[in-house]
Amino acid sequence: MKFEQWNGFSAGVWQDSINVRDFIQKNYTPYEGDESFLAPPTARTRMLNEKLSELLAKEHERGGILDVDTETVASLCSFAPGYLDRDNEIIVGLQTDAPLKRAVNPFGGINMTRKACKAYGYELSQKVEDEFKFRTTHNDGVFRVYNEAIRAARHTGIITGLPDAYGRGRIIGDYRRVALYGVDVLIEQKKKDKAAIASHNVLADDIRRLEELYQQIAFLEKLKDMAAMYGYDISVPAKDSREAVQWLYFGYLGAIKEQNGAAMSLGRNMAFLDIYFERDLKAGIYDECAIQEIIDDFVMKLRMARHLRTPEYNELFAGDPMWITEAIGGMGEDGRTLVTKSAFRILHTLYNLNPSAEPNLTVLWSKDLPAGFRRYAAKVSCDTDSIQYENDDLMRRKFGDDYAIACCVSAMRVGKDMQFFGARANLVKLLLLSLNGGRDEKSGTQIATAGKRFEGEYLDYDTVCTLMDEYRPWLAETYVKAMNMIHYMHDKYAYEKIQMALHDTDVHRFMAFGVAGLSVLADSLSAIRYAKVRVIRDETGLIKDFETVGEFPKYGNDDDRVDSIAVEQVGKFFDALKAIPTYRDAEHTLSILTITSNVVYGKKTGSTPDGRKAGEPFAPGANPMHGRDASGALASLNSVAKLSYDVCKDGISNTFCIIPQALGADDESRYANLCTIIDGYFGQDAQHINVNVFNRDMLLDAQAHPEKYPNLTIRVSGYAVNFHRLSREQQNEVIARTFHGAM
Amino acid sequence: MINKPIKARVHSFQSLGAVDGPGIRYVIFLQGCPYHCPYCHNPDTQPLLAVTNENGGGEYTVTELADRVERYKSYFGETGGVTVSGGEPLLQKEFMAEFFAECHRRGIGTCLDTAGVMPDDAVRAVLSHTDVVLCDIKHPDETKSLELFGVNLGATGEFLSACRDAHCRVWIRHVVVPGLTDTPDGIRAVERFAGAILTPEKIELLPFRKLCLEKYERLGIPFPLADTPECDKKTLENCQKVLTLTPRQVV
Repeated sequence: MKFEQWNGFSAGVWQDSINVRDFIQKNYTPYEGDESFLAPPTARTRMLNEKLSELLAKEHERGGILDVDTETVASLCSFAPGYLDRDNEIIVGLQTDAPLKRAVNPFGGINMTRKACKAYGYELSQKVEDEFKFRTTHNDGVFRVYNEAIRAARHTGIITGLPDAYGRGRIIGDYRRVALYGVDVLIEQKKKDKAAIASHNVLADDIRRLEELYQQIAFLEKLKDMAAMYGYDISVPAKDSREAVQWLYFGYLGAIKEQNGAAMSLGRNMAFLDIYFERDLKAGIYDECAIQEIIDDFVMKLRMARHLRTPEYNELFAGDPMWITEAIGGMGEDGRTLVTKSAFRILHTLYNLNPSAEPNLTVLWSKDLPAGFRRYAAKVSCDTDSIQYENDDLMRRKFGDDYAIACCVSAMRVGKDMQFFGARANLVKLLLLSLNGGRDEKSGTQIATAGKRFEGEYLDYDTVCTLMDEYRPWLAETYVKAMNMIHYMHDKYAYEKIQMALHDTDVHRFMAFGVAGLSVLADSLSAIRYAKVRVIRDETGLIKDFETVGEFPKYGNDDDRVDSIAVEQVGKFFDALKAIPTYRDAEHTLSILTITSNVVYGKKTGSTPDGRKAGEPFAPGANPMHGRDASGALASLNSVAKLSYDVCKDGISNTFCIIPQALGADDESRYANLCTIIDGYFGQDAQHINVNVFNRDMLLDAQAHPEKYPNLTIRVSGYAVNFHRLSREQQNEVIARTFHGAM
Repeated sequence: MINKPIKARVHSFQSLGAVDGPGIRYVIFLQGCPYHCPYCHNPDTQPLLAVTNENGGGEYTVTELADRVERYKSYFGETGGVTVSGGEPLLQKEFMAEFFAECHRRGIGTCLDTAGVMPDDAVRAVLSHTDVVLCDIKHPDETKSLELFGVNLGATGEFLSACRDAHCRVWIRHVVVPGLTDTPDGIRAVERFAGAILTPEKIELLPFRKLCLEKYERLGIPFPLADTPECDKKTLENCQKVLTLTPRQVV
C-alpha cells in the first residue's frame, strides 16, 4: 500500500497489512522530559469550554438530562450533524444533532428505553414503538431462553448487573486504524477475510462469522457516510494532525452512536497521534498551542458523550459514566518508554479544561517510566483526583505493549482481543445461601437445589467451607449459563458492527466474570474461624443474623491469616467457573471490581458474620471494608496485593483515599511519595490503584455546599465521577471509606 | 550460654509514614517515655509497660519486628525505611541497637525519632546503625526544658554530639506552641543550640495541634493544653522566617 498521506513516515510491515503497533514502533518519539513545554488553553478553547460548562450546568439543573430525542433511534446516520459551535470547533461530531441531547437506543431492550424516557419526564414516541414492534431486541432474546435458576439468581441479586437489557460494552475498537489506513483499506481487508471463510465448507460458526463480516462492511460504509455529513472523506488516510484526531474520533463516534455499551473505552491513542503531531511540528505546520488546542477540543467532544440510562442502571454505575478510558504511557517491549509529549498533553486537559470524570484517564505505570512523567502524573493526581494507575510491568507480560483498558481495569490487546462482559456474583450471598441450604437469606426463597444446610448453633470454619464447596458449583453454572445466553443473543441482535470492524477478523475472546463482596466474605470467614459466631434463625429456620463474640483478623491489615482466606475463595470461585464451557470458547477471566454497585449489593444482602448488618454497603472492588484496615495505608495495600492477577486477569480494583498531610509535608514530597507508594504496590504485582488525595471534611463540605465545588471529581472504582452526580446514599458510602491519615 | 532473645515493648504500628523522616517510612511506636510533654499526642505510650492492643501493640523480638518491616521494603525506594518513634525509643536502647543492626543487614534504612538521652555505649551502638536522627528540642532554655517537659537539655546536647560523631544525618524538630515556644528568639535559640554542635540537615517546626483531644477524653485524662489555641499559619510563618536553614512545614 502507498498513500501520499504517509509521506515522512518510516516504512514497515504496517504498510503491507493492518498493523498499527508496527507503525507506532517504527515512528514514535519517546519523551523523557518534563511538562514545561505544555501550552495553556487558547482563547478559542476557553470560549468553547465556557459554552460547554454552561450546558453542563443546565444539564445538572434539569436533573441530569438536558434533552432526549424520543423520535429518532440512535445510529450512525440517523441524526443531522450536531455542533457545540460550528464556526469555532476544530474537531467535530456529536451523537445527535445537538450537544448533550440523548438519543434512544432500544436495540439492547425497548423496555429499558421506555423506562429511561419516563424517568426523566419523556415518553418514547409511537414512531419508535412501531419500528420495534416486529424487531427482537437483545433483551427479548435473552428472556426467551433464561431458565428459572437464572431468573431467581437475578431476582435475589446473587448475580447482579447482567448486561441483558442494554449494550454489553467493554469492546474497544482500534479507532487508530481509521486514521492510519482510511476506511476503504479496512473494507478491502474485511472483504478478503469474508471470501477466505466462504471458500471452505461452512457450518453454523462460519455462517455466523460471514454474516458478521457482512454487517461490519455495511457499517464501515455507513461510517464514511456519517463523516461525509460533516464534510469529511474518511475513505482515505488522515493527512495531518487535525485529521488524524478527527478520523480517529469519527471511528469512536460511530461506535457510540451505534452502541450504548456500559463501558465504551477509547483505547491507547496518544503515542499514535503523537507521530502525526511530531511530523507537523517539524514541518512547522502547527505549533504546540495548536496541537494542544486540537487535543483540548477532542477531549471536549468526549466530555459530551452521553447515553440514556434508567435510574436502576445509575444505581449500579453511578455518575452517568461512559468509561471513555484512554490508556496512557507504559513501556515498550524493546525497553523504550511509550510516553510521548502527547501523554502529557492529554493529562494537561485536566488543567486547561478543569478536572473531569471523562475521559477516564488511566496511566499505565512502570517502574521504568521517565522521571518527568512520573512526577507529572503524581502532581495531576494530587491536584485533580482524576486519574488512575495500572501496572504496566504486570500487564505487559501478558498482553504485550499495545493493549488498552476496557472499562476500569480490563486489559485487552487493541484490535485483537474482545470480551464478553458480565457483571458479578455476590460471594457473600453465596456464603449465606450455603448456610441456608440453598435458600435466599432475605426472602427465604429456595433458589439453589436444596441440599445440606448448617444445623448447629455456632458456626465452625470447616463445616462452613464444605457447605460453600457444595453450593459454589451451582452458582458458577448458573452464572456461566446466563453469560452464554446473554452473549449469544447480543451477537445475534445487537452485534457491535463498527467496533468489531475495527478488530482483526480472527479475534480472541474473553468472558469476563466478576465477584463482589470479597472483603465481607473474607472477614466473615475469619470471624467464623477466629472468633465465636452464633447463628440466629427466624421462625422458618432461616439464618437471618449472627452474634459474633471475640476478636478476629480483618482483611486489609497485611495479616496472612485472613488475607489467605480472600485469596483462596477467589481461586475456588474461578476454578468453579472454569469448569463450565463458554460460548464461542471464550477464555474465562475474573475481576474484583464493583463500580458503585457495592452499595446495591450490600442492600440486597442480609447480615453477615463479620458484624455487618443487613443492607449495609460492601466495600468497593477489592478494597478492605471501611475503617477495618486500621494498620495504615501500606498494610491495606499489601493485603490487596496478595490477590493473584493470574486468577483475576480481568482486573483487581483498589480505591485509595489519603489525606494530603499524610502523603507528605509539601507538594514535592507528596509527588515523590506517591510515586514510591505506587512502585511499592505494583512491585508486588498488584494491578490497579485509584488515587484520591483529599480530606473527608472536604467531601462533607461539598455535600453541604455543592455550589462551592462544581468540578469536584473523585475516583470511585475504576473510574472517576463528579461528586455531585452521585446519589446521597453513594456519597455517604464514599465518605465512610477509609481515609488514610497520620496517627 | 544462650541468651533469651531481647524483646521490645511496642505500642503500635503505622504502615505509612510520609512525614516521619525521609521518603516512605514504616513507623514503629515503642512504649515508655520518661518525659511529660504537655502536648503529648500519645499519652498512652508513656508507661514502659508491655501492652497488647488492636494496633499490634505487644512484645516483639528483633526478628519478629524486622520481618514485619521487611514486608514493606518494596515501598521504601532509595530514601525510605523504618522509623522508630515512641514514647522515647532510647528507653529500650539495647533492643534498638540490635534491631537497627538487623535492619541494616536486611538493607532497610533506619530513622530514630527521639528527644535524645545521655549517650552511653548502648546509645552509641544504636547510632552506629542509625541513618537519620529526628531529634526533638523541646525548649532552648535548660530550666524550662526540665521544668515543662522533663527533658535535660544538657543530655540532648551530648546526644547530638554523639550523633555527629556517628555521622548520622540529623533533622531537628521543634513544636511551636502559642504562648509556650513560639517566640522568634526561642526559635533562634533552638537553631543556635543545635548549630553549635553539628549542621542539621533540616529544622522542622511542627505547629501545635489538638488532634489528640479525643484520645485524652477516651483515656479519661485531662489534656494539659486544652485551653491553648492551635498554632496558626501566621505564627508558624513568623517562626520560620527567623530560621537560616530552609525549614519544612509539617502540618
